[in-house]
Amino acid sequence: MALLEVRDLSVRFVRRHEPTVSAVDGISFDVHPGSTVGLVGESGCGKSVTSLAIMGLLPQRGTEVSGSAKLAGSELLRLSRREFDRRRGKEIGMVFQDPLTSLNPVVPIGVQISEVIERHRGLSRRDAKREAARLLDRVGIPDPTRRLGEYSHQLSGGMRQRALIAMALACEPRLLIADEPTTALDVTIQAQILSLLRELVAETDTALIMITHDLGVVAGMCDEVNVLYAGRIVERAQRHELFSRPRHPYTAGLMASVPRLDSPRGQRLAPIDGSVADNIPWERGCAFSPRCGNALAVCGQRAPELETTDAGEQLRCHNPVDATETVERADD
Amino acid sequence: MGATGVVRRTVAAGPPGDAQRGERERKHRLSGALPGGAHGFPQTTEDSGLLRYTVRRLGQLLIVTVVLSVLLFGWLRALPGGPVSALLGERATEESRARLVEQLGLDQPLYVQYWKFLGRALTGDFGVSTGVQPGTPAMEVFLQRMPATLELSVLALLLAVAVGIPLGYLAARRQGGWLDNLSITWSLIGVAVPVFFLAFLLKYVFAIEFGVLPASGRQEAGLDATHATGFYVLDGLLTREWDAAWNAFVHLLLPAVALSTIPFAVIFRLTRASVLDVVEEDYVRTARSKGLGAMVVRGRHILRNAMLPVVTTIGLQTGALLSGAVLTEQVFNIAGLGQALSLGFQRQDYAVLQVVILATAMVYVLVNLLVDLAYAAIDPRLRTR
Repeated sequence: MALLEVRDLSVRFVRRHEPTVSAVDGISFDVHPGSTVGLVGESGCGKSVTSLAIMGLLPQRGTEVSGSAKLAGSELLRLSRREFDRRRGKEIGMVFQDPLTSLNPVVPIGVQISEVIERHRGLSRRDAKREAARLLDRVGIPDPTRRLGEYSHQLSGGMRQRALIAMALACEPRLLIADEPTTALDVTIQAQILSLLRELVAETDTALIMITHDLGVVAGMCDEVNVLYAGRIVERAQRHELFSRPRHPYTAGLMASVPRLDSPRGQRLAPIDGSVADNIPWERGCAFSPRCGNALAVCGQRAPELETTDAGEQLRCHNPVDATETVERADD
Repeated sequence: MGATGVVRRTVAAGPPGDAQRGERERKHRLSGALPGGAHGFPQTTEDSGLLRYTVRRLGQLLIVTVVLSVLLFGWLRALPGGPVSALLGERATEESRARLVEQLGLDQPLYVQYWKFLGRALTGDFGVSTGVQPGTPAMEVFLQRMPATLELSVLALLLAVAVGIPLGYLAARRQGGWLDNLSITWSLIGVAVPVFFLAFLLKYVFAIEFGVLPASGRQEAGLDATHATGFYVLDGLLTREWDAAWNAFVHLLLPAVALSTIPFAVIFRLTRASVLDVVEEDYVRTARSKGLGAMVVRGRHILRNAMLPVVTTIGLQTGALLSGAVLTEQVFNIAGLGQALSLGFQRQDYAVLQVVILATAMVYVLVNLLVDLAYAAIDPRLRTR
């Protein structure tokens, strides 16, 4: 059985005097213990909202969440705030995008780590502090005992993210959600943080949901990848399959827009035309069709369903990129 | 790096948004460039930095006081009339006027008068009251009246803080709800209605119509109470004369409520705006993601950050309290410094006016120094950088 089963998850933002926005539209996926699942897509595709819904962190007013998200068989989405507070931080940990703003500036790092230990593991203040030092050491922060008394502004960006990871893993959760954990960091630090995450997850058999727009991160981390577009999953495949032959034109476009070391010199990158502003609603057809190079007449009339292909991956497309073809590249 | 790191965050009544945060960071960078900032060794220089900062601020206090004393001295003497007319009336003979002028030393050039005043003031002698309590040393007038005003202001500030901060928090968390709308309206009325009008209204309704609270004075006249410190509530508590303490407290209520309206409104609005700002912060989401109880999220993560601008404002409210006391004491007939000021102006009592105004200015500067130190105690970014 999967550790996390998300079924038909939808999140809609209802505003007075404004049209309702459907941020997540019927997403389903599984996360197995010890595996890493990627949620990939550009800004506004619903990947962060999905994670916030699972964590119960969406604002209560003006948000409609439907569907189901079961952690080890027990439903999360219908928990009260208090019930959620007993499980968040303990069974699910979360690492956020910007470590500077995600840490409280006026509370020492040590307190921010030990508070979660005291809360969920019932340790005394002293023991929790010792445990916090051990965790800081574990995530690779030197001189952890001294660091406990310091504040976020005294730490470097990489150390802040390490501290946040220490917090998220303090209670050895079974599921860790990392929402763009390296976006705000320097490239060299990004690599360190990713390898730290990989190491910790492997060591403790924690399941990881990796939310990112960075295909490099996906390639380095994920076992299975869900590509999101306009709130729906448009392609789901194992990492290797996805990179070797992307089927959805959007996935193929994403890959063509990333520079590769093995591509010929002088070759231009091929960005995806248009922006999310060009989307049409899924009710009218495929949301991606106005930007899609492979679009057929049917694409603007009827939305495709998520279907399993012969190769065993899942695809939501009327006219996928040919499986035998290599990734298309624009030539001048 | 505290010496140059403690920076006053000036806050308007609006929400402290990005602009202010940017401003604060800019100041940090500027202050970091000043000499005396020790970089890289935050733990060891923290205390000496704060000390140096305090000493420098006390030096500023001295300069402010001296400059103010010069201005005040000239300004009071530039007012039409003067103590002689006030004391002797319009129909006094030239002879008696001349005698009094000489007696008060007003015939000498201004700079000589000032120099003499300064010399005596350094020994604590601020001259003799000519109008408020004729014949009494001005310093004594000040010391007699100071407790009444202090008692009133402290209670008013406590009321403003005790109501303003929780209400500001609740209003922010239920933004747009009835409580929010009600308290915004209330705070608007609090700022808009003049203090003296509100004081009269309160007095009329609670003292005269319903007769539940006393209309004036500090304590019932017939009460046999010991006054050791001059703080009547405190006196009653110290001497265990509970009824005297209660009586003094009841007398304080109406004036304190009237006086607290403006500080309440400012503190409430700022707390509300600040909480609205802070609950949107990423670190509050992080705290929630850790499953911390509502109490910890509220106290440690929301309020602690939201209080930063409010603390500064509380210091600035000392000014509103001191000026409001002039009107409130007048309406409720409280023999405090505010009353001494208005009497002093009516009767052109240079000595009393000088000591009261100089002392209140010093209190204002000192309170704001304390506030800045408190700010540094709450916000580690100002201590170590």
